[in-house]
Amino acid sequence: MSIIQVEGLKYKYPDTDQLALDDISFEVKQGEFIGLIGRNTAGKSTLCFALSGLVPHFFNGGYGGKVFVNGLEVRQHEVGDIAAHVGLVFENPFSQMTASKYTVFEEIAFGLENMGVERNEMITRMDESLDLLDITSIKDKHPFDLSGGQMQRVAIASVIAMKPKILILDEPTSQLDPQGSEEVFKVVENLTKEGITIIMAEHKIDKLAEYADKVALIDHGKLIDFDTPAKVFSRDDLPDYGITAPTATRIGKALGIKDSKTDLFPVTIKAISREIGDKL
Amino acid sequence: MNTIQVNNLHFSYTPGSSVLNGIDLELDQQTTAIVGQNGAGKSTFVKLLKGLLYPTKGEILFKGKNTRDYTAASLAKDIGLVFQNPNDQIFKNNVISEVMFGPLNIGQDDQEARHNAISALKKVQLDDKLDTNPYDLSLSERKMISIASILAMNTNIVIFDEPTMGQDFAGKEKLKEIIWDLRDQGKLIICILHDMDFAAEVFERTIVFNQGNVLADGPSREVFKQKNILQQAHLEQPSITQIANELGLDGNYLTDEELIQALKEKMTS
Repeated sequence: MSIIQVEGLKYKYPDTDQLALDDISFEVKQGEFIGLIGRNTAGKSTLCFALSGLVPHFFNGGYGGKVFVNGLEVRQHEVGDIAAHVGLVFENPFSQMTASKYTVFEEIAFGLENMGVERNEMITRMDESLDLLDITSIKDKHPFDLSGGQMQRVAIASVIAMKPKILILDEPTSQLDPQGSEEVFKVVENLTKEGITIIMAEHKIDKLAEYADKVALIDHGKLIDFDTPAKVFSRDDLPDYGITAPTATRIGKALGIKDSKTDLFPVTIKAISREIGDKL
Repeated sequence: MNTIQVNNLHFSYTPGSSVLNGIDLELDQQTTAIVGQNGAGKSTFVKLLKGLLYPTKGEILFKGKNTRDYTAASLAKDIGLVFQNPNDQIFKNNVISEVMFGPLNIGQDDQEARHNAISALKKVQLDDKLDTNPYDLSLSERKMISIASILAMNTNIVIFDEPTMGQDFAGKEKLKEIIWDLRDQGKLIICILHDMDFAAEVFERTIVFNQGNVLADGPSREVFKQKNILQQAHLEQPSITQIANELGLDGNYLTDEELIQALKEKMTS
């Protein structure tokens, strides 16, 4: 049973002629980590919105096909109902702050309060999320007194605290320092072990190659490929879609070295180092 | 000469919680990347350079004169800063007036401002969007608009705060060209970055900030060699350097070409 089913999804924003999503179909199993890649304006954010119900309920526009999340058809349910199953971390953390809370702690509590989570459970979950994102030390700061990267951590923590079945992250690490990005990928991978399903739009190809179970390649609103990182990143036509292959794959291709485990080009630093190490 | 001298720079937003604790630096013609953990004080530092904030203690000298003795408006002619979040910078309702705003304010006449704005928009390939409202564009496009707005002012010093944020491969390639082009014009370029691969490939000098101090400073090749220092600052080595390390190669490698060349030689020998 798939937790996400997308069937022939088509969508265009109001007052536009072009389809932002053009006949997209795919299925995701519970606990899978899906990386969403494609050039800017390919349709990644729009797909994130379609999975969380903001498309079509908030943005309106023309809509066709069906999207099911955890058994709910998105079009037939209100955003509030869908939010109980699907959490969305916005591309710009500034857009996500409620602007009505005076501390990071209260900001993270906001979603839980709205879900009616019991007080003790709420505090436990908040402490957990603060710890996971390494922001306990700033929990009493005003959300708008934070640096860009700190705000991005708060945005992620506030959604993780709600423990949604499906977690959608739109470029969640764009403003994070390298170790911070790595930590987010690790946190997210750990969530999949608890059965949480992850959809993450990212430009950090090297990290997706290491962590994602599958990669969805999108261009001009169309789903070009949906397969394992090794398969997708082995494609010779990636540049046509504005994507550069992971570092390991570029080096592997240049030297004609394949990953003996997949018979495809290596996608991780570990794999390329192992294969080259054998030949030196 | 375009140099900025920073002497014993201290800064805090609120008394008792220090953001910068005594920074000494000379910034010159080399392309310079500033890297460091979230909250390390990088954005605060560049706001001080631009005279948007003044030091709590210590001084910043530009052309030998203290930034305190300039107004932010007079420094604007010389120092351009692209904000981290384009939404903090953009406020006009169409692209062309947004990009012309800076040039007009530093005394360019209408024709010159328009000419510079359009040529800057060409560089970021958004010159077909002159009449579009910036908020109808994507976040990454707005980032490019905020970059064009500063380029159009033609300042001698250009500071970028995380320009690669949200940019795809093509966007980063475009940025590379813009930065190299500014370098070739003899401008001083300072760039805050979280993308170590980009910093290693594009910048001659790298400065590592950590908790309000400079932890390392030098040629990028030297700085990215120091794994422990980078880890301490919540950074990582460029991917190419990581592969070279895993393989136990001597020397340090920053680009694909360097590593591929070295491996080819090793594998044939």
